Formats: sequence, C-alpha cells, structure tokens
Amino acid sequence: MNCEKLETKWIAYFDGKASAAERRDVEAHLAACGACAQRAAEYRALWGVLDELPPIAPSASFDAAVRARVAAEVPARSPWRWIVPSPRLAFAVSCLLVLSVWFASRPTQVEPSPSAATTATMLPAQASSEADFRMINDLPELENYDVLTNFDALSDLPATPAAQPASHM
Amino acid sequence: MVRSDVQLMLDVKAGDEVSFELLLRKYRGPLVNFLARMVRDRGTAEELAQEVFLRVYRARKAYAPSAKFTTWMFRIASNLALNALRDGRYRQLEISMDQPVEIGDDQAPSWEVADRRPGVEQQLMARDRAAIIQRAIAQLPDKQRAAVLLHKYQELDYDEIARILECSEAALKSLLFRAYETLRVQLAPLVGQQKS
Repeated sequence: MNCEKLETKWIAYFDGKASAAERRDVEAHLAACGACAQRAAEYRALWGVLDELPPIAPSASFDAAVRARVAAEVPARSPWRWIVPSPRLAFAVSCLLVLSVWFASRPTQVEPSPSAATTATMLPAQASSEADFRMINDLPELENYDVLTNFDALSDLPATPAAQPASHM
Repeated sequence: MVRSDVQLMLDVKAGDEVSFELLLRKYRGPLVNFLARMVRDRGTAEELAQEVFLRVYRARKAYAPSAKFTTWMFRIASNLALNALRDGRYRQLEISMDQPVEIGDDQAPSWEVADRRPGVEQQLMARDRAAIIQRAIAQLPDKQRAAVLLHKYQELDYDEIARILECSEAALKSLLFRAYETLRVQLAPLVGQQKS
C-alpha cells in the first residue's frame, strides 16, 4: 500500500471502523513510512484538540418558541367555526345581495289586469268589444225560432216590409 | 421501556404530543450545536432549529420509517443551513482570533464549570483554544464543515452522513479526509501541544 491509497482508508482506520485486513494494511504501511506515521500521530492529536470545542446549549426560551410555533400550526377548533364564512362564500353572498337590490329598485311598467278592465275605468272601445263577445256567445239562443216567436219585445215591432205588395217598388 | 426515535415519531404520527416533546428534548441540543457551527450565529441557529422541529411536526402524518430518524432530521437541518448560507440570508459572523467563543451568557457550558477550579488563566487559555478551533472549522467549505460536524460531533455513521449530504460513502470519506487534512494544518500549533 502506498501513501495515496492509504488516504482512502485513513478515516475508517482512525474511527476504528476499518476491517481487520484494512487495519493490518494501514499498520504495515505506517511501520514502513515515517511521513505517514508522523501524520497518523498528528491525526490522533487532532482528535483530542477537536474535543476541546465546547457545546452550545439552546437558550432557555428555545422549547417555548418551538411549542408556540407548533401550536400556531394547530388552529383552535371552535364549535362555531362553521359560522365563519369563507372569503369566497362572503363574496358570492355579497354579489347575490347587490343583484337582488338592483332588481328590486328597477322601474317597472304596470299592465292592467283582466279584473281591472271590468271596473268603472273601462274604456268605451273595450266595453263595445265586451258586448260583441257576449252577443256571439248568445247567437245560438237568438237563432232559436221558438225563442224568437215568443220573445215579447218582437211583438211590439211594426209589420215586416216583406208583407207589403211588390207593386210599390 | 425506552422507545426508539422511530417509535416516538410513529406515536407523534398517531397524535401523541408527549412523544414530540420527548424528541424535542432529546435533539434540541445536537441540532442547535450543529446549526450554530454551520451558520456561525447562535440566534440564526436557534431559528433554524425551530424550523427543523416545525417541519418534523408538519410531516408527521406522512412519516414513514424508511431511514433512521436522525438521518431524516439532520438532512432537514443541513438543507436548511446550506440553503441559508447559499442565499446569504444570514450574516456569517467573522470570528476574530481574540474574540471569545460565542456562548450565551445564560448557558454556562459544562467545560467552563469544570475549568473554573484550575483558575482564571487556564480558563482564558481554554477559551482561546476553543476560539481557534471554532475559527478553523468555520473556515472549511460548507459541505466539508457539515461532514465534519456530523462525523466528529454528532458521531453519525458514514451511510447516514452520506444520505444526509446526498453523496456516496466513498465521496464522503474523501470529503472528510480533505476536511481533516485542512484542520490538521490549520490547527498545527494546538496539535503540536497536544502531542507533546
């Protein structure tokens, strides 16, 4: 094993995680190479130096800060939460309300109802049409011979012009 | 019976808030440590660590134990850190050689308590050494720094780190070797003292 190849096994060797065969190879090289043996001694010392770095403890308020952030993730479930409208729902309801108010406030054209036509305000033309309609309805009655011959009002009429002699023409 | 991280996360998925609290307590320290070394700012690190826990919580419903919990969590953390550094959203603090190690006043680390007995001078020396180490790590390229932090300080396995950093195990070992070589050179004065 040369110095360069040793570098790939260096970390595992100092961690004590090298296999038995790798460990034997490294130790054989260290026994033969003074530079690498020197470096190995420095690595062991470096491990001790790095251990001198003191730990940094979290501040006293750290746990409370984490709990507060976690609590903010879980919103309180109020029994009245269903009553709070969503923005979309609120917008839709507002639009509906505005449309309703707009329709209700539009000027409307009042059309006369059929019952109103029969009142005292009925126009003469409309009254005439009404009479014509009634007459048409009564037409079968008027064409009934028996009814006509017994109709009292007809007896008051003068004799028919058809009864006069044709010489007068 | 102690539940595994995966079991805790499955319990969180089932709606158990106590399990989430247990994960928070177990990993808040490692996460803040990792992120603080990555982005070189404690406030930013805490903000990002909170974001990691929030994302873990948000993803609880879809959680499937396909990998170790730590792999998943540190993958979220390293992605957040690398993105933050790439976007330049957070100011990267330049650490002076004379500047003491950035540790909150309200949190006295255990090493500091232990060093009080030897005296103020040794305590100051320890602070100076820590500042030098911190600066050397901070100067590593982002991905090398992430690899060293996950390997040396979080003690994760190669396959885990490779999955977190999205590279092969061989590429990871090469990355680690280059990073440790740089640190060996940068920290030569301290390494020399350690040897002797």
